[in-house]
Amino acid sequence: MEEVEKTTAGTSLWSDAWKRLRRNKLAFVSLCFLAFMVVAVIAGPSIIFWTTGFTYESTPTDRALVRAFPPSLLHPMGTDDQGRDMLARVLQGGRVSLMVGIISTIVSLIVGVSYGAIAGYLGGKIDNIMMRIVDVIYAIPYILIVIVLLSVFGGASTPAWIKWLSTNIGGAQNQGLSQLFLLFFALGLVSWLTMARVVRGQILSLKNQDFVMAARATGVGTFGIIFRHLIPNALGPVVVYATLTIPSVMLTEAFLSFLGLGVQAPYASWGSLADIGIKNLAIYPWQLIFPGVTMALTLFALNFVGDGLRDALDPQTRKF
Amino acid sequence: MIPMALLVVSLTWGLIRIAPGNFYSTERKLPAAVEATIRAKYGLDDPWYKQYATMMSNVVRGDFGDSLKYQGQTVNEIIWRHLPYSATIGILAYLFALIVGLGAGTYAALKQNSILDFGPMSLAMFGLSIPNFVLAPVLVMIFAFWLYALPPARWGGFSSLILPVITLGAIYAAYIARLTRAGMLEVLRSDFIRTARAKGLNDRTVLLRHAFRGGILPVISFTGPALAALLAGTVVVEKVYALPGLGDIFIKAVLNRDEPLVLGIVAFLSILIMAFNLIVDISYGFLDPRIRYE
Repeated sequence: MEEVEKTTAGTSLWSDAWKRLRRNKLAFVSLCFLAFMVVAVIAGPSIIFWTTGFTYESTPTDRALVRAFPPSLLHPMGTDDQGRDMLARVLQGGRVSLMVGIISTIVSLIVGVSYGAIAGYLGGKIDNIMMRIVDVIYAIPYILIVIVLLSVFGGASTPAWIKWLSTNIGGAQNQGLSQLFLLFFALGLVSWLTMARVVRGQILSLKNQDFVMAARATGVGTFGIIFRHLIPNALGPVVVYATLTIPSVMLTEAFLSFLGLGVQAPYASWGSLADIGIKNLAIYPWQLIFPGVTMALTLFALNFVGDGLRDALDPQTRKF
Repeated sequence: MIPMALLVVSLTWGLIRIAPGNFYSTERKLPAAVEATIRAKYGLDDPWYKQYATMMSNVVRGDFGDSLKYQGQTVNEIIWRHLPYSATIGILAYLFALIVGLGAGTYAALKQNSILDFGPMSLAMFGLSIPNFVLAPVLVMIFAFWLYALPPARWGGFSSLILPVITLGAIYAAYIARLTRAGMLEVLRSDFIRTARAKGLNDRTVLLRHAFRGGILPVISFTGPALAALLAGTVVVEKVYALPGLGDIFIKAVLNRDEPLVLGIVAFLSILIMAFNLIVDISYGFLDPRIRYE
């Protein structure tokens, strides 16, 4: 078995797709831009702190500096009303926004893929009921679900594992950060529905193929077939859809923060920064322009990568 | 359809009941006697199944009762008062998105891989990537504050509708353009188009009579739910342009735990969404002769 895999490794779906993706200039440039953004939001705030001492939350001690300054050499993106460096805030906001995108998408992947795969493989009545449930949840405005999740599990009743995650991934133990992680999960839990439909469709077309019958004949159990055999084969559309979920979740988060329901101070995300910027647009336009443009460019790149991946992974669209 | 809508209403009711807090809970704690009177008046001390049954029997009769926050106004009154604003903006934005999206998508598909393809498609991608709460203030800034061409906000006359409609429609226009381009590219390569050309039909007829019907199928399935969402009003647009639509009312109702109002709007929306999905399913049969319903 292993030898067969070795000899076919060179022309596997994934390496083929990677080759095609690299040839797609727009997608590849976008991918490089995203890599740059990731490095920037991870390392950026520390670099700014070491070189200039600015952080996203501390206001200057000199009272004369506590006001909005336009972009300058010292503050490339200007400052906000409290005299905080906008560059540091945009990078910190990028951390939150990208984490929202990634963690929520992982949550929606886990839920959506298993749900869709189980419904598609079991079929019949169970499939029917499971997909009707999806339809019903679709019809409930997601904002209601997010608000309920945030208020049920917020405050004192935050589950211990969310606190654990915020301590170990977020690197700090406080209420604000656990709320942030709660938001990631709440967003993930409202964005798995389309993923479930996509996966179910894939599984439906895969489950009658010979390799599934072979697996069943060798005595693999239902869950083994779903998770070891079917899901890996349905991964192409899943990856494509996941890349497109990231920008949509980020937009949702920005929208919630815009309504004042998402990220709470002192934490910032691109959405909450834009929310503040909009209020000051006429007088301090840089407070909207920099977070807004950074976010738009990142979403732009994510959408292009998603498109490029689809073209690379789906042989049907290759000819276009 | 109706049982589905009732299921949606039930789940919504459950969600509101799970959430902590009450419509009467404020910053200050109410005196115990006042709280007891309120709870007795709204039957909040009854067992949950009794409350559920009362709620359901009201909903089935289409009577959601009075709003808990807007005193003395029925839910139906509130919905009908705010719906016209959302509906006007929503329908206009939908038409805008359809015209721009279908036009740009078809054009890009015909000029595939030329600058006339990449230009509109990059613009569409940009439309998808720019959040509407960023687009809205930027449009206001340009057209209202710099050019003095259009009013910045509020309801009044056709000119006040232009910016909200563009803001709301932009993302859908972008999406429709991308779907149309993909759909048209696929159809233009199919055999029946070659046959139509071979028969000697001119490009116009081939495009409008043959390709278009198949090419816009993906658009149709997207626009059903999209129209319902548009009609429900988009909160951001209503907030930025100070329009009295339904979306803002809904968010406030959820935050206030105004249960009858939330239920009323959710029921209304879910029926709307399902009705549009049904229309979409039926229109499939007309547009694509390969799809036949038993």
